[in-house]
Amino acid sequence: MAATLEHGHHAQPSEQELWAGGRSPFKTSYGKVMMWYFLISDTFTFASFLIAYSALRFTQSEAWPKAAEVFKSIPIHGLDHYNLPLVFVSFMTFLLIVSSYTMVRAVQEGYRMNKSGVIKFLIPTLVCGVLFLGCQYLEWTHLIHDGMTATTASEATKVVNFGQLFFIITGFHGLHVFGGVVLLTWLTVATWNGTFEKRGHYEMVEKIGLYWHFVDLVWVYVFLSFYLL
Amino acid sequence: MHTATVDHGAHSAHGHDDHAHHESSWLETYVFCQDHKTIAKQFLITGMFWGVVGGLLSVLFRLQLGWPNETFPVLETFLGKWAEGGKISNEFYLSLVTMHGTILVFFVLTGGLSGTFSNLLIPYQIGARDMASGFMNMLSYWFFFTASVIMFASFFVQTGAASGGWTAYPPLNGMRLEAVNKGSMLGFDLWALSMTLFVVSSLLGSLNYVATIMNLRTKGMNMLRLPLTIWAFLFTAVLGILSFPALLAGVSLLEFDRLLGTSFYLNQIVINGNLLDYKGGSPVLFQHLFWFLGHPEVYIIILPAMGIVSEVLSTHARKPIFGYRAMVVSMMAIVIISFLVWAHHMFVTGLNPNLAAVFVLFTLLIAVPSAIKVFNWIGTIWKGSIRLTTPMLFAIGFVSMFISGGLTGLMLGNSSIDIQLHDTYFVVAHFHIVMGVAGFFGMFAGVYHWFPRMYGRYMNETLGYIHFYITLIGGYAIFFPMHFMTGLPRRYYSFSNFDTFSSFDSLVVFISVAAIIVFLAQILFIVNFFYSIFKGRKLEGEYNNPWGGNTLEWTAPVARLHGNWPGDIPAVHRWPYDYSVNGREFTPQTTPLAPGEEEHK
Repeated sequence: MAATLEHGHHAQPSEQELWAGGRSPFKTSYGKVMMWYFLISDTFTFASFLIAYSALRFTQSEAWPKAAEVFKSIPIHGLDHYNLPLVFVSFMTFLLIVSSYTMVRAVQEGYRMNKSGVIKFLIPTLVCGVLFLGCQYLEWTHLIHDGMTATTASEATKVVNFGQLFFIITGFHGLHVFGGVVLLTWLTVATWNGTFEKRGHYEMVEKIGLYWHFVDLVWVYVFLSFYLL
Repeated sequence: MHTATVDHGAHSAHGHDDHAHHESSWLETYVFCQDHKTIAKQFLITGMFWGVVGGLLSVLFRLQLGWPNETFPVLETFLGKWAEGGKISNEFYLSLVTMHGTILVFFVLTGGLSGTFSNLLIPYQIGARDMASGFMNMLSYWFFFTASVIMFASFFVQTGAASGGWTAYPPLNGMRLEAVNKGSMLGFDLWALSMTLFVVSSLLGSLNYVATIMNLRTKGMNMLRLPLTIWAFLFTAVLGILSFPALLAGVSLLEFDRLLGTSFYLNQIVINGNLLDYKGGSPVLFQHLFWFLGHPEVYIIILPAMGIVSEVLSTHARKPIFGYRAMVVSMMAIVIISFLVWAHHMFVTGLNPNLAAVFVLFTLLIAVPSAIKVFNWIGTIWKGSIRLTTPMLFAIGFVSMFISGGLTGLMLGNSSIDIQLHDTYFVVAHFHIVMGVAGFFGMFAGVYHWFPRMYGRYMNETLGYIHFYITLIGGYAIFFPMHFMTGLPRRYYSFSNFDTFSSFDSLVVFISVAAIIVFLAQILFIVNFFYSIFKGRKLEGEYNNPWGGNTLEWTAPVARLHGNWPGDIPAVHRWPYDYSVNGREFTPQTTPLAPGEEEHK
């Protein structure tokens, strides 16, 4: 099982050796083990929120709002009277997907010990993250302007729980993106300063990369819950 | 002794050995310390503080329950307006039971038990210099400490500490309204903040425990050579990582309801004839989120105690543990099933009876691994050369309590019976015996057993015996009669208005007397603990193996040492339970197999 994680040219170790202490069972550093377990834990937090979402949605006596009506236009002044449902959120999703791709490339450059390559791909990742947060700001202010807040419903939503869940859950996701942006900023500066070159490996890029991909993956479920279903 | 150099990769990259040459300041040594042994002691002493506070709260409400018509003027001296005229007020009574539950469940039996022994034993018993991340470990303690300070501070706010039950159910805790209960004001906000910090502490600790056990085992320490304590801590950490997030989410939504006015848990609430502006929420949703943590939480409490008891029973009976693999597998089964039983706390919420049947099934199923463990503990000490030391007594007491409390668990697991017994003293009897007293017995067994490892001295055995027998007999005296109080609702301030319940009056007084005696007996333990740190009988020799144990912690020198072993980390050649085999009373894990000797499988 673990043997498949190894890089080909090793002879396949026996199970005894793999689990016999003095080496990590999956050839993974403790930092990565911790990050994985943290992400599993965080998955359960998001799952709890999304379960709360479904519980409230499906016990609701009134009709749940239609996403195409709530998110019917692009929340930028001048563009907001065109009927373009879900276009803006598609762009936000696109930003995150692109940032995942550039993150993968940064990790790859890290394996190659290519400092300038890492920086070259971290910067677009960072930019996408910041742009995503900016988009979220535009969308939130637009919705609040429409009358949908944490305690009130707009004309399009009618159900007060929709707004509550929307702001809390996308807010919690946005908080994760913000955390990611802070980490990526630090990571870029540290790479620039040669911290990882001195350390001899770029594992930190990989660990923060894991986190970043997780935040993107969670967005898929958040996106699904509020915009598609 | 055979030793081997073990390179822990990540560890050496952090230059662990550099620390040895670096002169630590007082602050680094005793306060912001990253050494697992010191952090363990910090958790233990904080846990003991909370144990005293939590116990004292129970003494206060037992005074009220036992003598509802008497006054105790001394209470007013200490409690002021909470006990005007020497009588505990009904609001304060509700705070007492709420905070008693919160403190004992989370701050003593989770932080104090798992925090102490996971930190102390994981690096020692797997053969590591320290935890994977000493810094995160330190943060874990200081988050716990901050959570403790905030929880303690909530006693001192004007409207009093949280009073809506340790389960924090809305709507009782869902609004900041004095009309609902006084504790729902600032007291509950502090409760929620404290619990959030507690979750962070638990997460930081658990991540460290898992990563350390997975990655930093010494040479030869494969998973089936791990002591059962380590397996228990591993499973406890996994439970914490997976279940606390639900509490985090649940309590955050609760705070949004309270502070922002959202209605996640509230729907058309009427207070004093006024309809409040909450719409569409579901209070049952909170119960689901809470018990998704709440049920695994009881295993977070009991698994470390089980691990400690397994180790102590085998060591002091001088016999190999009976059914090692069955012990590991049954713990694994408990971990998995514990996530599938939460709604058995909610049979009276209007749960669909068909759904209840599923939860009944899984609840009763969890009795199977539990019974396997009990059978194996008895099998372990069967015909052993039992040494009735204090830790051994507490370990045996644990098994006794676990059986007694487990049997009533089978009764309560049936929804048809549970609906009758819900919120009565029968439930109080069940969970106090099976996880309260049993959890404490596991913790006491651990403290008496590993005290020599922590301080290089023994605790006083005579005081230990007295402590044990009063606690055992007193524990049963408190909780056993509650089984017969099946009609008596729990959490009531006073029963004097109900003639029906007057038949229980003498029993209630008996329980209160027993509770006060048991509380006073714990002072013996505390005196013994602190006295023995300075004046206890010293261990003889340079090495520290007072009980003749096989595990690695006893191969390390008595002297406090960062990095645990002065030279190389010892390598491991066998499982930890070779007691009384091949003509040797005990065979440490570091002893290589003799020619022709087969390792225990």
